[in-house]
Amino acid sequence: MSTFVLLVATGLGLAGLYFLLAAGLSLIFGLMDVLNLAHGAFFALGGYAAWTAMDALDVIEPVGLRFLLALVIAAAVGYLVGVVVERLLIARNYGDHLVQILVTLGLGFAGVAFLGGLYSYDPRSLAQPEWFADTTTVLGARIPNSRMLIFAVAVVVLVGLLTFLNRTRHGLIIRAGVENRQMVQALGIDVGRSFTLVFGIGGMLAAVGGTLGAVYFNGITPGLGTTQLIFAFIVVVIGGLGSITGTAIAAVVVALVQQMGNFYVATGVGDIAVVALLALVLLVRPQGLLGRTAR
Amino acid sequence: MTPAPTPAVAPRSDKALRPALQVDDLHVHRGEAHVLHGLSFTVAANRVTALLGRNGAGKTTTLLAILGLLPGTGSVTVDGEQLLGMPTHRIVASGIGYVPEDREVFSELTVAENLKLAARTPEAAGRMDLVHDVFPILHDRRAQAAGTLSGGQQQMLAIARALLNPNRLLLVDEPSKGLAPAVVIDVVEALERAAAETTILLVEQNLRVAHRLASDVVVLDHGTVVHDGAMADLFADEALTQRYLGVSGA
Repeated sequence: MSTFVLLVATGLGLAGLYFLLAAGLSLIFGLMDVLNLAHGAFFALGGYAAWTAMDALDVIEPVGLRFLLALVIAAAVGYLVGVVVERLLIARNYGDHLVQILVTLGLGFAGVAFLGGLYSYDPRSLAQPEWFADTTTVLGARIPNSRMLIFAVAVVVLVGLLTFLNRTRHGLIIRAGVENRQMVQALGIDVGRSFTLVFGIGGMLAAVGGTLGAVYFNGITPGLGTTQLIFAFIVVVIGGLGSITGTAIAAVVVALVQQMGNFYVATGVGDIAVVALLALVLLVRPQGLLGRTAR
Repeated sequence: MTPAPTPAVAPRSDKALRPALQVDDLHVHRGEAHVLHGLSFTVAANRVTALLGRNGAGKTTTLLAILGLLPGTGSVTVDGEQLLGMPTHRIVASGIGYVPEDREVFSELTVAENLKLAARTPEAAGRMDLVHDVFPILHDRRAQAAGTLSGGQQQMLAIARALLNPNRLLLVDEPSKGLAPAVVIDVVEALERAAAETTILLVEQNLRVAHRLASDVVVLDHGTVVHDGAMADLFADEALTQRYLGVSGA
């Protein structure tokens, strides 16, 4: 029983990471029809931004406060880089999917190479509060606090995103734009500003994911985000493009299936099971759990 | 529905009416197809002009080009201001309202959210009462997802979005399409109220609806203007309506 609880808790932590990476991806694709293949680089960028901030702010005690500051700085870096990338590289290529794929794929490779050149390809460990490494006993299982923290952050982000989308005018524009971008423009709204905002938010969420990913995986490498990106894409497709709630549900399902499969059957089976799940969803419900049918 | 014997606005009496919209030598391509071939026409201010033609004549393409949703060459001016080349959101923000073909309401948003999204001017808040007066059902269903409304109610919502803001020009595409006769009457009455305060360019397949609303008419065929003049003259001339539209008028 305790093993199962531990697997669930660890799976929820992983689900938190998948959600943080996939939520921005889903909004970006849903609103802008841009398949951002550079999104994994934002994840790694966040991890390294946090690592750099932790290093630069080492006079600040306690470590927990420093970590919180590093998380905020990483989020800000992710947002700013997202905005710059959208304005400089994406904005001029809306509607041209081939160019978008080439640009974002190239940016993803360049980002990994840039981070590798700057920080080396060896894993960098993030200084963490001792509490992260401690465990809390739940139903007989000793759950690492870091897993619960990651899941809690993801829940807070989910609530924040849903509040933003449902309670603000920007959110209203984004929700409408996911459904019918052209009609939003025909109502006199500059949808381009929403595109920039969404790309920035996507970068920010990925960077927060990267910071927490450095905790989950005990270190950050330049290619870590790219490795996780494939699972994030699976989460986006299963959840339904543009649906944040669908993304959250899919993140939990994918992470739990992966964890259980890898533990109870054999290492690697969980990953295959996730791909099988994707195939099943595409066959039965191609628009994803909470996605709309093609417009 | 029973058409009114006279149009909502007084018939065109002369050519000296102030033009609100002027389209000159407008060419538009959609993919490989050259849809509009140097289209030129004028819409007089504070009147309703019907843009008629058979399927594929280029009516909707004309509206989309005026809105900047399709690129084109030539000239499109409203009150002397060149619109061609401007981004769509600026064109609309300059006072051009649009009621699209097939409603295009945001189905996942509530009725209230659809209206909130459309409110682009300071006057919009004050005009919400007007919208609810014209379409009381929208007030009753304000918390309902727009996608769950009937086709007629969705059309009302699409028109309400446009009525919410004061417009210099209102582009209306097939407002009666697919609606029950009783709903068509509601829609026509709403457009008559809109016509009292703004210029309207109306694309409409239902000739009776077009006749009731419009005082002027422009007929397109294969992307060019083949006839323009008074709506009443076209409606009364069966040979003309047969030749240009393939239907009988009166």
